[in-house]
Amino acid sequence: MKRFHIVFITCVCMLCAGPALAADTIKLGVAGAHSGDLASYGLPTLNAAKLVVGDMNAKGGVLGRKVEILAEDDVCKPEVAANVGSKLVSEKATVVLGHICSGATKAALSTYNEARLVTMSPSATNVDLTKSGEYPNFFRTISPDDAQALLEVNYALNTLKVKKVAVIHDKGDYGKGLAEFARDFLEKRGIKPVLFEGITPGAVDYSAIVQKIKFSGADAVIYGGYHPEAAKIVMGMRKKKMKTLFISDDGVKDDTFIKVAGKYAEGVYATGPIDTSKSPMAVAAIEQHKKAYGAEPGAFYLNAYAAAICLLQGIEKAGSTDYAAVSKALRTNWFDTPLGKISFDERGDAKGIGFAMYRVKNGKYVEVGK
Amino acid sequence: MEYFLELFFGGLTRGSIYALIALGYTMVYGIIELINFAHGEIYMIGAFTALIAASALALAGMSGWSLLILAGIVAMIYSAAYGFTLEKIAYKPLRTAPRLSPLISAIGMSIFLQNYVLLAQTSDFMSFPALIEEFPFMEDVTFMRSSELVIFVTTVVATTLLTVFIRFTRMGRAMRAVAQDKTMAMLLGVNVNRVISVTFVIGSALAAVGGVLISSHIGQINFYIGFIAGIKAFTAAVLGGIGSIPGAVLGGMVLGWTESFATGYVSSDYEDVFAFGLLVFILIFRPAGILGRTTSEKV
Amino acid sequence: MAIAWKSLTRRAGGEVARSLLAAVWFMFLTFPIMVIKVSPLDKTIEWRWMRMVYVGVGAFFLSFVWRYLLERKETGPDKGEAGSWQKRVGARIRTDRRVFIPLLAAVGAFVLVFPLLFSSYQTSIMITALMYVMLGLGLNIVVGLAGLLDLGYVAFYAVGAYFYALMNHHFGIGFWVALPLAGLLAATFGILLGFPVLRLRGDYLAIVTLGFGEIIRLILENWNEFSFGPSGIAGISRPFTFGFTLTLEEHTIYLYYIMIGLVLFTILVVGRLRNSRIGRAWIALREDEIACQAMGIDKTRTKLMAFALGATWAGFVGCILAAKTTFINPASFTFMESAIILSIVVLGGMGSIVGVIVGAFVLILLPEYLRAFSEYRMLAFGAAMVLIMVFRPQGIISGIRQRYEFHAQTGEGAQP
Repeated sequence: MKRFHIVFITCVCMLCAGPALAADTIKLGVAGAHSGDLASYGLPTLNAAKLVVGDMNAKGGVLGRKVEILAEDDVCKPEVAANVGSKLVSEKATVVLGHICSGATKAALSTYNEARLVTMSPSATNVDLTKSGEYPNFFRTISPDDAQALLEVNYALNTLKVKKVAVIHDKGDYGKGLAEFARDFLEKRGIKPVLFEGITPGAVDYSAIVQKIKFSGADAVIYGGYHPEAAKIVMGMRKKKMKTLFISDDGVKDDTFIKVAGKYAEGVYATGPIDTSKSPMAVAAIEQHKKAYGAEPGAFYLNAYAAAICLLQGIEKAGSTDYAAVSKALRTNWFDTPLGKISFDERGDAKGIGFAMYRVKNGKYVEVGK
Repeated sequence: MEYFLELFFGGLTRGSIYALIALGYTMVYGIIELINFAHGEIYMIGAFTALIAASALALAGMSGWSLLILAGIVAMIYSAAYGFTLEKIAYKPLRTAPRLSPLISAIGMSIFLQNYVLLAQTSDFMSFPALIEEFPFMEDVTFMRSSELVIFVTTVVATTLLTVFIRFTRMGRAMRAVAQDKTMAMLLGVNVNRVISVTFVIGSALAAVGGVLISSHIGQINFYIGFIAGIKAFTAAVLGGIGSIPGAVLGGMVLGWTESFATGYVSSDYEDVFAFGLLVFILIFRPAGILGRTTSEKV
Repeated sequence: MAIAWKSLTRRAGGEVARSLLAAVWFMFLTFPIMVIKVSPLDKTIEWRWMRMVYVGVGAFFLSFVWRYLLERKETGPDKGEAGSWQKRVGARIRTDRRVFIPLLAAVGAFVLVFPLLFSSYQTSIMITALMYVMLGLGLNIVVGLAGLLDLGYVAFYAVGAYFYALMNHHFGIGFWVALPLAGLLAATFGILLGFPVLRLRGDYLAIVTLGFGEIIRLILENWNEFSFGPSGIAGISRPFTFGFTLTLEEHTIYLYYIMIGLVLFTILVVGRLRNSRIGRAWIALREDEIACQAMGIDKTRTKLMAFALGATWAGFVGCILAAKTTFINPASFTFMESAIILSIVVLGGMGSIVGVIVGAFVLILLPEYLRAFSEYRMLAFGAAMVLIMVFRPQGIISGIRQRYEFHAQTGEGAQP
């Protein structure tokens, strides 16, 4: 109800006041999937941006100017994302928070690169985005696929000492990428996964794949993907009384996972950024979301919150909105965010986002290793 | 052997859900020759309504079987209402229009309903309580879960009731008449509008049942679940012979088993490829579907 | 006088009663989803009563509008062909040289200077719209002319796109070389698709083509070694620029003119096809398959030609997509795409070239310009589709059939 009002009035204001504010505001482009089947991964980022911008504007804005959000929906499709990129550039966005899906991000990045726009993604984990060096304007507040996969494999083999591993993914950009790295790391350690398969998200039932896992004799499942399917698989496994360990990534290290899977979430392992549950900033950010939107925040919320803070404070520290200055500021300063104190390396990956392994104990994620 | 059994029952569950939704598709198609693309969204709305009803009732202190049944009934009522309204707004004005117009209208409605639920509720996945309780006698059975049994039994019961209805009641006869020849039925005094509305209502109610059951089984829902389920169920309806009620159920089962065994014995990656491949294969040899009646055309 | 007043008020009263009924019905209908917000995990429940009031009021007024518009539609000008004033204007535009040529010139001039007047973003959107015009025209051959309901058209689109992407990635083949080859490959796939479905009718054909579309997409998604799976192929070269280096903006403008050229080419070819023997065979096929066969038209050949020729255009556009976004992945080729392209054809008016162009612009530009509504964008889009279909089921511009009129004095021939 309140949200309806806010959106409506914001739209009217944006329409009317757009030209008037144009010259004076800092424009934060927020691009991602805001509708369609992947909307649940893009909307939390928009919420985070709104809250951060709201706070900053209340404190006087950035460099004395108000911050304005330019929200654009790319439905996680590359060609729409490319158009969105064009649009944000022509609307003179100062910096861009986005996109959400690696594919969409790739499509829009060349536009942002040419236009010399600093772009920071909270969720695009494709390794090439930073490692290839083609996109010097790109930063991210999430670990690339290979780092997480390595942590998962090492933990599984060294700490949990499993012998047989099944690798499952959700056929998506993020999940499959991670799963492939996991498989490669396993094979480097001389272990071939007993299963390497993808499931279709949104299917009506997953008992077949659960069967397959059971009969493969795997001690552990490494799952690349997000919490909805992870919850379904874990529940399926536990209801069939399987004791297989379940190890996954930060798409699953989300309190929503625990809430949805309920008691079946006990014992599930997932990698995630260090310290988020203890960090007071993280707790405050989550509370803020609950107060403003009446619900728990969704996927990548904290990553997006951190990214918004870094982008805006980066401009503040650089003293200008110039691309070179902002890039440098991001790489040479440390920012206080819900994910901890972070900075960025020359390739754009975040420093200080350490990843740790967590385990669900008594309904909460508890850190168990690095 | 146990592996096979588990895959068999998993496929049976899937098949049952596809069947419940496919019944709605096939009935509507039989009557007005329309592929109701928005049917998947009716299923999704049924699931959401059940979730809301169940949560509200649970807070009021209900639990157990009565909670499941009451939530299910509420979901059925609402899905039926949505189906009824859908027909009146998006299809009725287009009865005399060219073939493809109602189809596009259906696609538009599908998009509208998805976004309606997205905006009115949330884009996130919502947890659905496991309303189906575990049976004590199934404690030691590992290849099948209680909820799977309930789903299968419900499908059988629903299909039987529907078949009885179509065969033995006046309205059922009217439906068959309209399906055969609409104009003639009208000339003989059948209230065609009412028959069409009843068809939508029944089909939607069945979809709602499917929605409630499978959501209890899986444990989560989201505004987008109707889309995939809809396409699969439609495939099932065509596979079995569109317009045929036993065909819809058979098609659903065949599809469910194909997917389940494809995952189990080949690879989960390609389960949908197998499903669609099977469809193409069967239609090549039986162009009207497995149980479809090949109507001879009068020239 | 009094009697007239009385019956008027009774009628008005009746209308009010009906609207009230509609309002109550919608309030009931939307009650759970709009009014109640549960959080099953926190075990809380929230009641948003204001929403119900909005729905009630809105439904009350909209109900009047709806019934009025429906009545006007039913009793209005003859259904099937365009309304009377539209018919006259349309005919006038087509036949009267003095109106037609300046109009064409004005449109042409606008089209040519468009990128120079508008921003890069607008040009980019226009390119997307033009791409869908081509796709619509291609599908129009299959659905509009030949009457074969193809729900998997996106498969050919994907074939074209991946062909260029892979050829470029592995062998460095350039855009201009790949373009015709992509079309050719798509045509081949069209024939491959056509064979198994020759015997299928109507909606069975629809579901099989849908299945094919999905199969192609799933293969692209899963067969990593071949297609790089969901992460797609990046770094695809843009169209060759004959030695000049262009900035991104200039590339967009370059691509825009390429698109204009291709669209003109498409319009020309499709128009010619429609009036040719094969075109008339398609129309005959659509109208009555059996009579068509009785007249000696080879059904098999006609159908296969329809699929092949229709698919060619999708292949071209696929190639362009890859060049435009320099990155493709299977997510762009879902069933929804096929549905949108089909909607373009039907909404615009089946069989009519101008109709398809209008349809493409409406369906592609509308969501872009609806961005002002932000979250309500797709909702409005779905509603718009339904409304356009309900109030103009024959499409915005209905396909005007070829009419031959014989004028005794001037001996004029066909009207286009």
